[in-house]
Amino acid sequence: MSVTLAGTLARGSFRAGLAVGVADREVLGVLGPNGAGKSTLLRTLAGLLPLAEGSLRLGGRLLDDPSKGVFLHPEERPVGMVFQDYRLFPHLDVLDNVAFAGRCRGLSRRVARAQATEWVDRLGLGGLAHRRPDEVSGGQAQRVALARALAREPELLLLDEPLAALDTRTRLDVRTELRRHLSGFAGPTVLVTHDPLEAMVMTDRLLVLEAGRVVQDAAPAEVARRPATPFVARLVGINLYAGELDPDTATVALDEGGSLVASIDPGTTGRVLVGLRPSAITLHVVPPGRASTRNAWPGTVTGLELLGDRVRVQVGGEPPALVDVTPDAVAELGIEPGLPVWLTAKATETDAYPDVATLPA
Amino acid sequence: MLGLALLVLPLLGLLVRSPWADLPHVLGEAEVLDALRLSLVSASSATAIALVLGVPLAWVLARSEARAISLLRSVVTLPLVLPPVVGGVALLFAFGRTGIVGRWLDQWLGLTIPFTTAAVVLAETFVAMPFLVITVEGALRAADKGYDEAAATLGASRLTVFRRVTLPLVRPSLAAGAVLCWARALGEFGATITFAGNLQGVTRTMPLAVYLAMQTNPRAATALSLLLLLVSVLVLVGLRDRWLADGRRR
Repeated sequence: MSVTLAGTLARGSFRAGLAVGVADREVLGVLGPNGAGKSTLLRTLAGLLPLAEGSLRLGGRLLDDPSKGVFLHPEERPVGMVFQDYRLFPHLDVLDNVAFAGRCRGLSRRVARAQATEWVDRLGLGGLAHRRPDEVSGGQAQRVALARALAREPELLLLDEPLAALDTRTRLDVRTELRRHLSGFAGPTVLVTHDPLEAMVMTDRLLVLEAGRVVQDAAPAEVARRPATPFVARLVGINLYAGELDPDTATVALDEGGSLVASIDPGTTGRVLVGLRPSAITLHVVPPGRASTRNAWPGTVTGLELLGDRVRVQVGGEPPALVDVTPDAVAELGIEPGLPVWLTAKATETDAYPDVATLPA
Repeated sequence: MLGLALLVLPLLGLLVRSPWADLPHVLGEAEVLDALRLSLVSASSATAIALVLGVPLAWVLARSEARAISLLRSVVTLPLVLPPVVGGVALLFAFGRTGIVGRWLDQWLGLTIPFTTAAVVLAETFVAMPFLVITVEGALRAADKGYDEAAATLGASRLTVFRRVTLPLVRPSLAAGAVLCWARALGEFGATITFAGNLQGVTRTMPLAVYLAMQTNPRAATALSLLLLLVSVLVLVGLRDRWLADGRRR
């Protein structure tokens, strides 16, 4: 029952050319900045938007193909969707919200409610069946929305930023739970998110969209380790530099100035990206002496940000970098904006890989 | 405050000058009972027709993106600004025995509408339906289309979406529109007397009876006015409580 889409999505004047496939039991995460086409992709899969060109199949069934004049409306597709704002019907209680799909299939009220009760219980909402949507918490509303979509018995499940409307504390609980429910779903799942952690934890594969095209399609760990664009790098908190690799010296001349000696896969040449984790960079307040680290360059502290148990220091220089240090170090070394510093990084921690995103498509 | 006084003073005047003692006596007259019954029946019929015809019309006005819709909306709202007497004349030209539609009704079906109770209902519907259409259209326009989309992804056809999601969500406005429509129909005078005439028991509604009584017996007219006022207030209060109860539950 896998889903495959190849073609041009359209929403108003926005166009996006995509080829996407999701296997059964696979959870595909779609990550990207606002306006990249994430929602357009989801709405096209749901049938809320028609394809401008190309085709969409679910299992063996053609859902949308303008050249053949085929377009199944949302109500004709076995697709379940969880909206970002849930869209629970305010005039129905939790049970009748979940029973809605059954009623639409023509089940009697009694049978539809009995089925809905199973879903409500399975998602741990038993005590809330007769509450109205405005009488349940955000996390509970999220589960009601999921139960309602699953009660449709869909072959494809779509989730639009399912955790975005929750506060940070609830998000943690719901994330774990949602992952569990998703792994129980037999068909393909597409989950749109802009939260990198959500993407890492809940998905099997990540599709990174930017300006209506796929810039990366890889396992979450790969995306986190080797981000293809500055947007993803910022999301996963990695220093990313584009440059030209000299394969003989393994030195990358960076576009924004400076150069780094990097570890490279054999055969890599030309345009590369260099990924450098903030924790792999060492910060010095005096020029470092001769050492085994191959990369050392001067800079100036431009900002500090507390991230849990560490402090992320922004350093301006060639190249600029984010560096993670302990709060102790900040106090001991007197790190503050304007302070001149030296940065060092081992070549083995400096990962250079081909820049596929800027290659002509 | 001046505005309030303008609205309240005439009603006070009516209450103060009312011959309360005459009321039971006036109410006992067959003529009055006929008029009251006719008014209630025709206003309710007009409201029912307006609901059946007006709600789909409101939906089309609210959801269609066609250019011609704004023109259609002007046509729908025209009876609001048209003097009712003119509406009555227009109805005569359309449904009168020699009117463009009435001619065929008369020839083929032997139906004559003017000066019947049907004409009263038609005149009241013509004048009052725009109130319902406008109220419901506004609510439909403001209603979140997201719920319609969610219902569609759950397998609901367009009709099911309308019946089970859209309509329940605009129910308060639907009730408000129906009450406005009913009240307007109840008070309808100009179009009724022009198109339906003034026959006791057939087309003489309360407003017509009040006007007639005013010519001959002002005391009876006041009593009748008081009666009409009471009926309106009762209906408004009755429905208002139901809205409030509904509003609290949301």
